[in-house]
Amino acid sequence: MAVIIDKNSKIIIQGFTGKMGTFHADEMIKYGSNVVGGVTPGKGGSKHLDRPVFNTVKEAVKQTGATASILFVPPAFAADSAMEAADAGIKTCVAIVDGIPSHDMIKIKRYMRRYTKSGKMTLVGPNCAGIISPGKSMLGIMPGHIYKEGRVGIISRSGTLGYEAAQQLKNLNIGVSTSVGIGGDPINGSSFRDIIEKFETDDETDAILMIGEIGGPQEVAAGHFARENMKKPVIAYIAGLTAPKGRVMGHAGAIVSAYGESAVEKVELLKECGVTISKNPSVMGDTVKRVLG
Amino acid sequence: MDIHEYQAKKILSSFGVSIPRGGIVYSPENAENKAREIGGAKWVAKAQIHSGARGKAGGIILCNTPLEVAQATDKLLGKKLVTNQTGPEGKIVNRIYIEEATDIEKELYLGLVFDRSSESIMIVASTEGGMSVEEISKEKPETIIRSKIEVAVGIQSFQARELAFGLGIEPALISRVSDTIIGCYKAFSELDATMVEVNPMVISKQKQILALDCKMSFDNNAMFRRSQVSELRDKTQEETKEVYASDRGLNYVSLDGNIGNIINGAGLAMASMDMIKLAGGSPANFLDVGGGATPEKIVKAFKLITMDEKVKVILVNIFAGINRCDWVAEGIVQALEKIDVKVPLVIRLAGTNVEKGNEILKKSKIKYIEANTLEDAANKAVKALGN
Repeated sequence: MAVIIDKNSKIIIQGFTGKMGTFHADEMIKYGSNVVGGVTPGKGGSKHLDRPVFNTVKEAVKQTGATASILFVPPAFAADSAMEAADAGIKTCVAIVDGIPSHDMIKIKRYMRRYTKSGKMTLVGPNCAGIISPGKSMLGIMPGHIYKEGRVGIISRSGTLGYEAAQQLKNLNIGVSTSVGIGGDPINGSSFRDIIEKFETDDETDAILMIGEIGGPQEVAAGHFARENMKKPVIAYIAGLTAPKGRVMGHAGAIVSAYGESAVEKVELLKECGVTISKNPSVMGDTVKRVLG
Repeated sequence: MDIHEYQAKKILSSFGVSIPRGGIVYSPENAENKAREIGGAKWVAKAQIHSGARGKAGGIILCNTPLEVAQATDKLLGKKLVTNQTGPEGKIVNRIYIEEATDIEKELYLGLVFDRSSESIMIVASTEGGMSVEEISKEKPETIIRSKIEVAVGIQSFQARELAFGLGIEPALISRVSDTIIGCYKAFSELDATMVEVNPMVISKQKQILALDCKMSFDNNAMFRRSQVSELRDKTQEETKEVYASDRGLNYVSLDGNIGNIINGAGLAMASMDMIKLAGGSPANFLDVGGGATPEKIVKAFKLITMDEKVKVILVNIFAGINRCDWVAEGIVQALEKIDVKVPLVIRLAGTNVEKGNEILKKSKIKYIEANTLEDAANKAVKALGN
């Protein structure tokens, strides 16, 4: 099985009947994802896109056996929806939504501490493109066709920069095992470290491309983990060499506020961890190719 | 979102933090009356701008009579203050805070921020108040004490007490310093702040604990539920083009270079800026029109970029996913029918239906330079500067 999701993963859509939920559920179904239904409180019992709608996530899980969910609910309600998913026993939840308050993200993560490691939901996002395992399943909003099936794992904070990488790899005839968008917010459900750990034990992944940017300690934390615990090669690109200090660059989390958070400093620290650096964004594919040999 | 010192003081005071008596004024006449109303023998006139280091820039004036308060206010109002945080263009002074002068015995530092590593709220304190936290950590790092607060249960009295004792506060004042710390924490957590800084927090000669200067920043994503805070926004303190952009749902940061950018996605925008730099150029801005790159957003983006006189070349780099290049290309053509672009334009499309997108651009009347890759786009933009 691929890392995180596979062809059989049963998926529900939270915020199923809304405009965003409908559009992307349809795209996911077309890609071949096993979407088994959705949740919109108050619309339980009806059908949408030929699939059942439930009032609660618990009910949806009970009736369909769903293990994965994707959130298309407005930012004000997103934290509540993510906690509902965790409580209902969902194993993987992707939050696409941009604009969740940081205080709410901390609340979600504290809420999830009540579960044991094996019973804990993997939350990916918010403010992300989601997860795709090419040829198997898509739990996200990415253009599925730009991903070729293969053996490179991608982890990216940015959506479109992740697409850019997938396309560069495809042009070089290199495929992707799974691509995970972890999102651009300061506090996110899964970190680079959380995901590279999963890739290290994934027998369908040979190398990992990590696409980071300015702000926060996550890329370097992942670098330290790679140095101590990993055998598979890690390649990284860090965006934002020209970003001024103290300014938010689009993503709420893209702000340099401490030592080690600028692109130059991250690159230096990652090099010390033995991570191969893609020195600019146009050679991400070439750098992966060189490492694969 | 940032707010002014006087606004932060008012908020903190409602959470039990003591502040010197003071009031906000908009004219010299008003200032003289305000000084009498506040009472006391000495006053400070403080220019309200969204920046620290105002003292060094001449923005804080000590006054001995109400008349001097009026004169100081007259001097500061309408002035552009340049500090080491404002950039060379400075920030306009429209409001003056008049405050009773404090006899300072000791200056301390107190700051609260989100700690992204531990995902908790971190309180930082030091005995070296009055310096910036960067200066303290460089020059007197041994004086810095920290405490991580578990957000689910909030701050406990012992944590505040430990910090207070850590600052070497005399026993009689411990509970008042603790109350100040707890008040700042509550303001932070109840109002969706991202930063609260009291610098300096002072012990006065009369043994009061006072927040002498305060800064607060808030999470933009939480403003939907904090209307009292979002009302405090002062757009005169923000760059004009950045206000225009944020009011129209664009993520924009003004920079010093001359190559204007229109990109979808924050990461790709930063990456494109990096490529411009590598190609020997310099970006005039960061601009993310959102992953979807809708035609409406593209029109707004072109309007914004053409407002900037520094811009000598425009680079458009869109990686279309589900939004498709043909749709994006139509958006670009529509935008350029409405807006007259006088500088060279480089367009790179990639992703879904890229051939169709490029064909639509070619068939249209717009004059542009086509680019295929990120690198190609950056090189062509830099080259176009010379034409």
